[in-house]
Amino acid sequence: MIEIRIHGRGGQGNVVAAYLLASAAFHDGKYCQAFPAFGAERRGAPVAAFVRINEQRIFRRNQVREPHYMVVQDATLLHNRSLTGGLRPPGYMLVNSTRPAQEFSDEFGVWAVTIPATRLATEIVGRNVPNVALLSALITLNGMMPVTALEKALADRFSGSILDKNVKLVERASAEVEPGLWTEEVRHAASA
Amino acid sequence: MRQALEGSQAIAQAVSRCRPEVVAAYPITPQTHIVENISKLVADGVLDTELVSVESEFSAASVILGAAAAGARAYTASSSQGILLMAEVLFNISGLRIPVVMTCANRAVSAPLSIWNDHADSMAVRDCGWIQLHCLDNQEAVDSTVQAFKIAQDTELPVMVCMDGFVLTHTLEVVDMPEQDLIDRFLPPFKFQRALDPKRPITQGALVSPDFFGEIRHSHHAAMQKSAAVIESVDADWAALTGRRCGGLLTVEGPADAETGVLALGSMCGTLLEAMETLPMDRPVKLIKLRCFRPFPEAALREATAGLRDLIVLDRAVTPGLGGTVGTEVKGTLYGTDPGPRIHTYAVGLGGRDIPLDILPDLVATLDKPVAPFGVFDADLEKLAPEDR
Amino acid sequence: MTDTSNATRLAELRLKHGRPPASPAEPSAPPRDKDLRKSQPRFRGLEAGHRACQGCGEALATRLVMESAGPDVMIANATGCLEVFTTPWPESAWRVPWIHSLFENAAAVAAGMESAMKAKGHRTKVLAFGGDGGTYDIGFQSLSGMLERYHNVLYVCYDNEAYMNTGIQRSSSTPHAASTTTSPSGKARMGKRHLKKDLLSIIAAHHIPYAASASVAYPTDIRRKVRHAMETEGPTFIVIHSPCPLGWGHDGSVTIEVARKAVQCGLFPLVELERGEVCNVMPIRQPQPVSEYLKLQSRFRHLFNDKDPRALEERQHLQALADHNITLFNLRGDQADPMDTAGMDTVRRGGPVH
Repeated sequence: MIEIRIHGRGGQGNVVAAYLLASAAFHDGKYCQAFPAFGAERRGAPVAAFVRINEQRIFRRNQVREPHYMVVQDATLLHNRSLTGGLRPPGYMLVNSTRPAQEFSDEFGVWAVTIPATRLATEIVGRNVPNVALLSALITLNGMMPVTALEKALADRFSGSILDKNVKLVERASAEVEPGLWTEEVRHAASA
Repeated sequence: MRQALEGSQAIAQAVSRCRPEVVAAYPITPQTHIVENISKLVADGVLDTELVSVESEFSAASVILGAAAAGARAYTASSSQGILLMAEVLFNISGLRIPVVMTCANRAVSAPLSIWNDHADSMAVRDCGWIQLHCLDNQEAVDSTVQAFKIAQDTELPVMVCMDGFVLTHTLEVVDMPEQDLIDRFLPPFKFQRALDPKRPITQGALVSPDFFGEIRHSHHAAMQKSAAVIESVDADWAALTGRRCGGLLTVEGPADAETGVLALGSMCGTLLEAMETLPMDRPVKLIKLRCFRPFPEAALREATAGLRDLIVLDRAVTPGLGGTVGTEVKGTLYGTDPGPRIHTYAVGLGGRDIPLDILPDLVATLDKPVAPFGVFDADLEKLAPEDR
Repeated sequence: MTDTSNATRLAELRLKHGRPPASPAEPSAPPRDKDLRKSQPRFRGLEAGHRACQGCGEALATRLVMESAGPDVMIANATGCLEVFTTPWPESAWRVPWIHSLFENAAAVAAGMESAMKAKGHRTKVLAFGGDGGTYDIGFQSLSGMLERYHNVLYVCYDNEAYMNTGIQRSSSTPHAASTTTSPSGKARMGKRHLKKDLLSIIAAHHIPYAASASVAYPTDIRRKVRHAMETEGPTFIVIHSPCPLGWGHDGSVTIEVARKAVQCGLFPLVELERGEVCNVMPIRQPQPVSEYLKLQSRFRHLFNDKDPRALEERQHLQALADHNITLFNLRGDQADPMDTAGMDTVRRGGPVH
């Protein structure tokens, strides 16, 4: 089972990101589970959401405490240093930032990758919602599913020009990162 | 068709395919997404129903009462304070023996205010005379919802489908949504013998003197007990049609020869189940998943616990001054069984507290000690002032 | 079945249900019963033999409403006297589908019934009945919700101005200065300290198609208002002033007179509203002093203690309230009017008029 934790701020489409990733896994023929760290947070407040992806039906309901991957939609959240708590080695952390990944890797002792998701989303979709770009980068990095699965998940939710723009964003964000950089070990876990 | 759906969305679709003629609801977290999704289905012309957006849960329950009494299939959903505001009507609905269906998106009851999951709401109305079914996951919630309409119709009793708020309602997962024609084959159009009809005028809800009241309560109790067989047969019929069971009254998972049992209801059974399978245990453990809380399946419980040395009962609510509702009822049911298990009762996961996988080994570890009195197992008493511990 | 036996059977049924002959060909059965009331060609939705007190204004008002509403109705009844005295299980005085759920939800239950009728495409009209407790007070929210959602329901409030079913406790409909068991008069108090709630104005604020006040003293007026409400699509509301001999402290034989005096003094104006605007009133040619109304009832007895200066003050207060109604609704119209209360005095239903 692969477990993913997504951090963001209220209004950034955190829950939608989790739902999209899980739906993409479903389109890729996997079992999935996605849920927010249920809260009463308003816009701007730090929020988290969880995704599980597995070959078999998933029964557990607890929050993801030891994720294989972390997605950080807003780098300013990292001022809370406990955010990376529980992240499994080697510490795959995808951050929405224009700063060099090495800075995050050094600071938090993780294997960080950064993409300018906000800039890409603003450019292509015209809205400051970095989630889709980050998801695209994530699944390109770890190769857990083709980006077409994510495009199918997007098609469940959106249509028309919004869908077209998001699909374009998926492709653009995917090209920002090195496919398969984040490795074997976790893919192994998926079949465990 | 298999789909990845949010729990609430799945429930809304399932309800829609059961063709309710009247839906009345008032929004409350975490039930809101169910009502919103139903409203959307109505707005999109998918669902043809009288959607009554009432001014309170009290009226929501009253509207479905009136609708079903007048011969329409009726549905509502609520949570927490909403369930309590409905409480008076809930008793009334069952006393009038009106077959309606409600989803209870389980949530803690204020004060202190908590919008998160526990079972305080449905447990508070355990005596309201409704059938209460608890769901392991969203698949069971969908299947139980369809079954609930059938059970209600066959027993002329109201059915409450309890699903853990947020934990299920706000979780997206894979659900095999039963198709419309399949549901149509399973669930005939609504028919209610005692429906109000000017061609056959009847009086419902008369004043009953002491000469008759006891008999009427007896008959309600008897009807609830008889409904157990219907609940099982409806689940079996559903399984024959779909290949999926919801677990009748209760189910037992794990090694048959285990002498340690854990009894729980709702979504925490999933976590316990996975803990059982994946975590190393120092002794074999079986899980008793209680699906049907009302009628309370006494005979099935006695059978399921035969041969156990220890039984841990997990409540997700507290009866202050006594302990856990389910724990107390299990003790009562097993009283006098010889040799009965040692029964350990705890509350866990109150007000949305996460129930981790390793709660199971932690629980099992307590069995080496003498039976402790009831307690909130995952409470950190250090957080309390000494005099409150 | 032969024609003859069928005709006999029909005649029997007609006697039983008091319905007019179905066709001219049918021989009209001779009235075997001397009781004129029983042979009246009216629909008796509420049957005789129920357990209301002698002179119960509510029972009479309900019968009048049912006569006009007809058989194609179903009723949601709030908890209260009406529910209790008509349905002592296993008996029932109702000849129409009838359900009692709770005290405060008659309007919501009716809304559900109406929704069911809508879903099924049936035209059966849904009625909701409640007393003043179930309407002005505890059932107020569900009533407002039902009106706002525009259910096709006729809500009838039988207003006897206190919680009579539980033994005469004050409600928000109890008139100012009336003595009840929870607003007794005494050294420190002159009965209810507060005013009667102006429910009709609140109903009017919902801008429903039709709302009216009526009085059990004016049966023809009740019938007309009920028929109008029955024909109106959408929510309608009628409040009927219904004296309670026990609660108001008058003899059961003067129920009608008491009710009429309430109208004639201006304390209970009979008005009709369409979309919240007053469209008709029953004029009062010669308004009577409120004391004529008050002195008939022991609930106002403390207002006639000459030694108590507060008594006169409260009587004047009540008179001012009545005068205000007369001015507000312009009850002293100038032209002749068939609805004139003076003309209505000829109605002698329910007892002698002194």
